[in-house]
Amino acid sequence: MKSDRDEINGQGGRPTRRHVLECMTWAGTGILWTISGGVPRSLGLVDQALAQSDDALTFMQISDSHIGFDKPANPNVRGTLELAIGQIKTLPTRPSFLIHTGDITHLSKIEEFDNADAIISQARLDVHYVPGEHDILDDEQKLYRDRYGRGTRGSGWYSFDANGVHFIGIVNVANLKAGGLGSIGGEQLAWLEDDLRDRPASTPIVVFAHIPLWMVYPTWGWGTDDSGRALELLKRFGSVTVLNGHIHQVMQKVEGNVTFHTAASTAFPQPAPGSAPSPGPMKVEDAKLRKLLGTASISFRRGEQRLAVVDRPLEP
Amino acid sequence: MRNAHNRLAAATLFLALAFGLSTASPTQAAAAEAKVTIDNFTFDPPKLTVKAGTTVTWVNRDDIPHTIASSTRAFKSKALDTDNSFTFTFTAPGTYAYFCSLHPHMTGTIVVEASSATQ
Repeated sequence: MKSDRDEINGQGGRPTRRHVLECMTWAGTGILWTISGGVPRSLGLVDQALAQSDDALTFMQISDSHIGFDKPANPNVRGTLELAIGQIKTLPTRPSFLIHTGDITHLSKIEEFDNADAIISQARLDVHYVPGEHDILDDEQKLYRDRYGRGTRGSGWYSFDANGVHFIGIVNVANLKAGGLGSIGGEQLAWLEDDLRDRPASTPIVVFAHIPLWMVYPTWGWGTDDSGRALELLKRFGSVTVLNGHIHQVMQKVEGNVTFHTAASTAFPQPAPGSAPSPGPMKVEDAKLRKLLGTASISFRRGEQRLAVVDRPLEP
Repeated sequence: MRNAHNRLAAATLFLALAFGLSTASPTQAAAAEAKVTIDNFTFDPPKLTVKAGTTVTWVNRDDIPHTIASSTRAFKSKALDTDNSFTFTFTAPGTYAYFCSLHPHMTGTIVVEASSATQ
């Protein structure tokens, strides 16, 4: 990281391109999160889980497993997902559950969902999903909901509580409008307002959705049109953590009480914003793929300006 | 190179249509065809003008699936995996805006003009 902090934090909180590029690092197969005293922190590497206090909550985020993808960027996406799950199984501290931030499958095929489930279930943990746009490609958009949508509303949104933390799964990949970006929609926003209404501002909030809820790079569709309305509903809360996927790379941003984080894919890397003609899968040499799908350590505390992102490739 | 090739092919086809040439069988009225390719999350050409009766074929050259979705629901493809295609025959003149329902920042337009009496 260079020292141009003023540039980074300027311009109304919108990251400059340089900031985006600097703050990015190739990410891991999974990121271990812990919440202690209401402030989520990443414990970092899945292979470096730390001892925790008994009252801490630990969970994993995995994303963009794209089961069914077979192109040169990674012809073995099942293998890399197995690697991620294998690491989760060997953690010294067992996480309480998994969050999968979408694009479980590549083409919403039944066998792709089956294959993903067969691997992810090996973690023997509850998994809280939100769909990515690749998970709702069937005509009736029911394969995802039939499998993961029990107890959810609309296109699959829901909330739950764990250890005093309120988790909200947002769907921002359905009913997208021509020329637009990700979309939450009025019905879901009304539900969110209702869901938050009676919660004290001291409740730590974790929001998870597939497409980033901040404007990472609209030129490539990496943002959500009405995320501002959701964030407006969340601004009275003292600790808000937003976990997203979709862009296949780690990125972080802190804005007031809100910490935004995007996770790496377990399947294939995508290019840094604007660094390629399109956001399509980034082909790298075989020997390099695992370096790009290595693990990442992200440490942050609410209120701190400096983020620490340390990439830790599986192969040095 | 593939991009350039596709553009050239599309341009050639477009010119052929514009000048009334076609590859129709001799016993049938000209069944005009036109092609739109998807490369790098972009419809190429983004705006295509055809005569009524033209069948437009979209081909996805990306490693990521895309769809062809009319903004007025006049037509919608399934998700097109790499090298999959979708065709739609435009019989009525008009302007047809469409987008990729997975990546809605991808937009395109088909302008359909009344077919000439000579066709």
